[in-house]
Amino acid sequence: MPVDIDAAVIANRRLSADYNVLAFDAPEIAATARPGQFVMIKTSGGLESTAPLLRRPFSIFEILRDAGGRPTGVSIFNKRIGAGTSLLSRIEPGTHLPVLGPLGRPFEPIDPPAEAWMVAGGVGLAPFVTLASALMARGTPATLFYGARRADDLHCVELFEALGVKMVLVTEDGSRGIHGRVTVPLASALAARPLGSPVKLFVCGPTPMMRACARLAAEHGRACDVSLEQVMGCGLGGCYSCVVLARGPAGGTPHHTRTCIDGPVFDATRIVWEAMSGH
Amino acid sequence: MDLSLQIGSLRLANPLIAASGCFGYGVEYADVVDLSMLGGVAVKGLFLAEREGHPPPRIVETPSGMLNAIGLQGIGVHRFIRERLPELRDRRAVVIVNICGTTLDEYVEIARILSDAEGVHAIELNISCPNIKEGGITFGCSLPGTHGVVSAVRKVTRLPIIPKLTPNVTDVSSFAKAAEDSGADAISLVNTFLAMAIDVHTRRPRLSNIVGGLSGPAIRPIAVRMVYECRRVVKIPIIGMGGIATSDDVLEFMIAGANAVQVGTMNFVDPFIWKKLMEGLWSYMAQHKITRLQEIVGSVDTTKRETAWISS
Repeated sequence: MPVDIDAAVIANRRLSADYNVLAFDAPEIAATARPGQFVMIKTSGGLESTAPLLRRPFSIFEILRDAGGRPTGVSIFNKRIGAGTSLLSRIEPGTHLPVLGPLGRPFEPIDPPAEAWMVAGGVGLAPFVTLASALMARGTPATLFYGARRADDLHCVELFEALGVKMVLVTEDGSRGIHGRVTVPLASALAARPLGSPVKLFVCGPTPMMRACARLAAEHGRACDVSLEQVMGCGLGGCYSCVVLARGPAGGTPHHTRTCIDGPVFDATRIVWEAMSGH
Repeated sequence: MDLSLQIGSLRLANPLIAASGCFGYGVEYADVVDLSMLGGVAVKGLFLAEREGHPPPRIVETPSGMLNAIGLQGIGVHRFIRERLPELRDRRAVVIVNICGTTLDEYVEIARILSDAEGVHAIELNISCPNIKEGGITFGCSLPGTHGVVSAVRKVTRLPIIPKLTPNVTDVSSFAKAAEDSGADAISLVNTFLAMAIDVHTRRPRLSNIVGGLSGPAIRPIAVRMVYECRRVVKIPIIGMGGIATSDDVLEFMIAGANAVQVGTMNFVDPFIWKKLMEGLWSYMAQHKITRLQEIVGSVDTTKRETAWISS
């Protein structure tokens, strides 16, 4: 059950000109948050403030804990794009913002001997710290294929390394790791993987990347979950803004399906990728 | 303190109603809101059949508001009765079903079906959605059309009928009068203002439907003015709406002439808004020694204002 907390910003860690990690004091949300869930943040502060008016959705990046392991808050991985994310980019610790969550259908971590291959593009890194932690807790071997435009846009690699995740870094300009798109090493790894060794893909990033990963997964007969991002009005299923064209869990005719409550995590085979705009 | 009001045969415990299209089918909010505490829940607009609505993008934020063109995606009246109404009934919600039709016969048929469904308390006639080409607003933009649909539905149901009016007309009060004369038990206004937003870099409309409906605090003063105008020509209850965010906004609509209000866009921002609005109303009533909230309806004092304006 989601709660709305007037949460204090406890840290704003700048990663680059465009990226920052914001930590919120929100034990009630942290206590029930599951991997891949999201929060709706009122970026302009008070609920009556109008610029921006609507909340913005953010994946829960980390579930923060105290020394005793008790949940104390959540963080988000913010990329400065529009008005709301720009406000969050420069916000001062101590500021209070309404944070509503946890929301959405989470990732379902898998168990060994299956392996989990996470594929992140740019700000699509956001849901994978929580998933990686859950996988590691189960002893499931995990790899992160992480792509960005250039080396400066690859962030928080150390977080995953500390968890024991195997990293495959990719940049479009070749300034770090493999040169090209993240689908290049993913395709090779899928081709090299013996059929008898189970592996599941978890993907989040730009639509063209997710579409390509979904196709690769289908070609190689591997399960694939995607975490979708759409413009959202409410996050609770009330406004029907955030729909994608998706088949039901058992297949059938595709319908406009709400990303906020039926997702954001979907089995990739449910999505009608041709209908997704390529932002 | 008495916050109740009467709409036809229906008693509402308080004037706070969740606006259609902004509250799903009500059940989506059952975890965060005690639905029985609301004056009513106006569920998402229903046609006879299921509808997919428009492709995304369906909303875009604008200054102090938002445009939407959802296109009345919905599960249709039959699935609503089967799959959503039982839970609303269990949660003791006062259910106002918003209905849409592409033809007059469709409105009549849906009203007939709902009249036999246990747990439906009133029908809101959506003759004002700006986002679909066929039906709906064609009734709401013509006085004979409004008269025709309200009187036809009146003949087949004893449920209170609440036509929801569009602001996209020259004189909304003439439509209020037409609705009253045709047998409406109340009217609700305003639906959204037809509007548009364009991305200057791509030169493409920001909505897939090109145009959409503007809602939120940006429209509030226009909506208040329209409620005020309607109050001067009709006696039936008015349900006012348009960017209500605080209890003062509720009171403003009531003083302008609304008996009840609907909250839509701001429920997206704050799904816990209802308790705050209720507490604000209580505190206002205590401060101004009001025992029955309906006393303030239409109590705006314009006498001196009008005199000053005329003599200047």
